[in-house]
Amino acid sequence: MNDALLKTIFGRLTWESFPLHEPILLVTFIVVILLGAGIVGAVTYFRLWGWLWRDWFTSVDHKKIGIMYIILGIIMLLRGFADALMMRAQQAMAFGANEGYLPSHHYDQICTAHGTLMIFFVAIPLVVGIVNFVMPLQIGARDVAFPFLNNLSFWLTVAGALLVMVSLFVGEFAKTGWLSYAPLAGIEYSPDTGVDYYLWALQIAGIGTTLSGINMVATIIKMRAPGMTMMKMPVFVWTALCSNVLVVAIFPALTVAFMLLMLDRYVGTNFFTNDLGGNPMMYWNLVWIWGHPEVYVLILPVFGIYSEVTSTFTGKRLFGYSSMVYATVVITILSYIVWLHHFFTMGSGASVNSFFGIATMVISIPTGAKIFNWLFTMYRGQIRYDLPMMWVIAFMLTFVVGGMTGVLLAVPPADFVLHNSLFLVAHFHNVIIGGVVFGLFAGIIYWFPKAFGFHLDPTWGKVGFWGWVIGYWIAWTPIYIVGLMGVPRRVNYIEDASLQPYFIVAAIGALIILVGILGFVMSIVMGIVKRDKLRDVTGDPWNGRTLEWSTASPPPAYNFAFTPMIHDLDAWYDMKSRGYERPVEGYRPIHMPRNTGAGVILSALALVFGFAMIWYIWWLAAVALLGLFIVAIGHTFNYNRDYYIPSEDVMQIESQRLQALKSAGA
Amino acid sequence: MSSLTRDKETEPVIWHPVEEEGHGHGGGATLIGFWIYLMSDALIFAALFATFGVLSTNYAGGPQPKEIFDLPLVALNTGLLLISSITFGFAMLEMQANRIGGTRLWLIITALFGVGFIGIELYEFSHLIAEGAGPQRSAFLSAFFTLVGTHGLHVTFGLIWIVVLLVQIAQRGLIVENQRRLICLSMFWHFLDIIWIGVFTFVYLLGVLR
Repeated sequence: MNDALLKTIFGRLTWESFPLHEPILLVTFIVVILLGAGIVGAVTYFRLWGWLWRDWFTSVDHKKIGIMYIILGIIMLLRGFADALMMRAQQAMAFGANEGYLPSHHYDQICTAHGTLMIFFVAIPLVVGIVNFVMPLQIGARDVAFPFLNNLSFWLTVAGALLVMVSLFVGEFAKTGWLSYAPLAGIEYSPDTGVDYYLWALQIAGIGTTLSGINMVATIIKMRAPGMTMMKMPVFVWTALCSNVLVVAIFPALTVAFMLLMLDRYVGTNFFTNDLGGNPMMYWNLVWIWGHPEVYVLILPVFGIYSEVTSTFTGKRLFGYSSMVYATVVITILSYIVWLHHFFTMGSGASVNSFFGIATMVISIPTGAKIFNWLFTMYRGQIRYDLPMMWVIAFMLTFVVGGMTGVLLAVPPADFVLHNSLFLVAHFHNVIIGGVVFGLFAGIIYWFPKAFGFHLDPTWGKVGFWGWVIGYWIAWTPIYIVGLMGVPRRVNYIEDASLQPYFIVAAIGALIILVGILGFVMSIVMGIVKRDKLRDVTGDPWNGRTLEWSTASPPPAYNFAFTPMIHDLDAWYDMKSRGYERPVEGYRPIHMPRNTGAGVILSALALVFGFAMIWYIWWLAAVALLGLFIVAIGHTFNYNRDYYIPSEDVMQIESQRLQALKSAGA
Repeated sequence: MSSLTRDKETEPVIWHPVEEEGHGHGGGATLIGFWIYLMSDALIFAALFATFGVLSTNYAGGPQPKEIFDLPLVALNTGLLLISSITFGFAMLEMQANRIGGTRLWLIITALFGVGFIGIELYEFSHLIAEGAGPQRSAFLSAFFTLVGTHGLHVTFGLIWIVVLLVQIAQRGLIVENQRRLICLSMFWHFLDIIWIGVFTFVYLLGVLR
C-alpha cells in the first residue's frame, strides 16, 4: 500500500495518532475499555438491549429524555472532575525544581477538556435535563411541543460528548483553553486535531442545545394548561422560559464563531488570522456574546429550583413572586449587554469599558432582589431542613461571596490588575459551583422521588452535601488569595515555592469535594438498594405546591389523566387546600407521540461526520453527510407519528394509583 | 390563606376542563416553533453581517468591491429571488384554494427561479475565484464569501425542501401536515428574501459606493 492510498483512506489518522507511549492515557484507556466491556457484557447478559432501545433510546417522552440528560451530565461530571483532580495534583507539586507529573502539552489538554466538559457536557445537560423533566409537568402538559426534536437534541449532545471522549485515545484534544481563542486556535499555531475535536464536538452538541431551546420556548408558550396565565406560571417555568429564550438568542453567535474558525482552519480564510486583514478580537467578541449569557442560561433555571425548594420547604408562597419574575426578565436582558467585561484589556477605550462595567454591576441588583426574596420567604416560615433546603442555604452563603467578587471584577481598573489571574478562576468557580452545581443537587434530590417513586438515601446525601460545601471553601479560598497576589491562570508550573502551601490546601479541598461526589453517587446507589424503605406512594412527598406533585411518582407516560385547570399560582397547593377530589371515571383516550429511532441514527451519523472531518477522511465525511440527508428526509416521509392510549388503559393505570393512595392512607 | 378567600367558596370549582378528542399537541406550536427557529437563524445572519461590517474594508492589498462586483448581474439575481417570493405566494394561494395541481405548478416555478439564483451566484463565485479574488485572499473576501455563501446554502436547502414537498404533495395531497409544512417553507423562503435584501444593500450597493 502506498502512502497516497493510505492517506485517502485514513486521512491523517496513523498509528502515531494513538497515544500508546503515554502511560497515563494508556492506563485510562484500558480502564475505560474494561468498564465499557463490562457494561456492554452485563446489558447483553441480562438481555436489556431491546428494553433500552425501545423504552429509552428511542423514547420521545420528555421525562425519560430528561433523565437521560441527567445521567449524561453525571457521567461527564466524573470525567470532568477527574481532570480537576489531575490539575490540582500537578499544581500542588510543580514548584521550584519539581516540574510535576504532567508535561505541559498534556496539562493544557486536561485544562481545556475540564472547562469544555464541565460547561457543555455537565452543566448544560443537567440543566436541560431538569427543565425537560419538570417543566412540562409544572405546566400541566403531556409532552413538549416537538417530542422527536427533543430526542434528537439529546442524542446530538451525546454525540458531542462522545467526540470529546474519543479525543482521549485517538489523537489529542485542544490545548487552547475552554473557549479556544484565536489566533492560538488557528491552524498556524494549532495544526493538530485538538481544536478540530473541540470545534466539531461543540458544534454538534450546540445544534442540539439550540433545537432544545426552540422546543422548550414553544412548549411554554403554547402548551400550558388552561387557566395558567403567564403570571400564574411557577417561577421555575419562568426561569426556564428566560433561559431558553437566551439559548435561542446566543447559540447562533457561538455557531457562527465556530463556523468561521472552522473555515479559517479548513478553507484557509482570514477571519481571525494575524495577517491578510484578519481580526482575532472578532472571535473573542462573538464567543463572549454567547459566553456571558450562557452562564445565565445555566443559573436562571437553577434560581428557579431554589425558588421552588424554598417555597416548598418553608411551607409558604414565594415572597415577591412578581418581583422574582421581573428580576429574571431583567437579568435575561442585561446578560446580553455585558460580554465585553471578559476582555476589558482589549483596549476598546474608557467609554466602552465604562458602559460594560456599569451594565455588569447593574446585574447584581435583580440578583440581590432574588436573594432577599428567598430570605423573606424563609422569614417566619416553618422551615424543614431536608437536604434540598440545606443546599439552598449553602448556596446563599456561598453565592453571595461569588457575586461580590464578580462586582469587584466588573470595575475595569480592578480588572486590568486581576485579568487572567487565578482570582478570576476562583470567582467563576465560586458562582458556578456555589450557584449552579449546588442548585442542581438541590433539584435532583428534590425531584428524584417524582422521577422514580423513592427518595435518594438521605444519609449519604448529607455526606455529599458536607463534602461539597466544605471542600468548595477549602479548595477555592486559597486560589482567591494567590489570585489576588497575582498568580496567572492556565499555568502548570510556578517557580516561587513559597506559594506551594496554598496549592496543597487547594488540592486537599478538591479531595474533600471528591468525598462529596462519592457521597452523592452513594446516595443514588443506596437509594436504589433501599428503595422499598425510601418509597413514596403519595406522589407528593415534600408537601409540594406545584402541579408536578399532583400526579403519580413516577408519572404515567401521559402525565395527567385529565388536564388540570389552573386557578391560582401554586396550583397544586390551591387544589389541596380547596378539597380537590380525584376523578374516578370519565377517562378518555389520550393522544401521544410515537417513539422513533431517527434521532439516534442521525446523531450517530453526525458523530461519524465529525470524526471524519477531524481526521480529514473526506470520503467518510461525504458518506456520512449523504446519510444524514437521506435519514432526515426519509424521516419526513413518516406521517405515522402518534397513537392513542386507550381509555381502558388510562383507567387501569389510574385506578391502580387510587388503590395505592388509599392503602397508604393519603 | 388570603388567596383562598378571593374565590367564593360556595361556587363549585372546575378542576378539569372538558377535553376535546385528540387533544395533546397544541395546534400552532409548529408554526411558532418555526418562527423561533427563523429568529435564531436571523441571528446567525446578524453575526455574519456584523463580522462583514468589521472586516469589510480589510482588503489586505487585494481587490476592492468596486473592482469585482458586477452590479447588473447581482441586480438580475436579486430580481430572480424577489420574483420567486411572489410565485411562492401564488403557490400558497393555490394551496388555500385546495388545488393540488396549481400548488405544485407554482412550487416548480419558484424552484426554477431559485435554481437560476443559485446558478448565477455560483457563476459569480467561480468568476471571482478565477480572478484571484477567492475567500483566502483577504478578510474582506472571507467575510463576503461566507455571508453570501451561507445565504446561498440556505436557498439550496430551500430548493431541496421544495422537491421533497412536491413529492409528498403528490403522494398524499394537501393534507393538514403538508399544508403546515408548506406554510413553514413559505416563511423560510420569504425570510431568505429579506436576508438577501440586506445582502444586496449592505454588501453590494454599499460596497460599490465605498
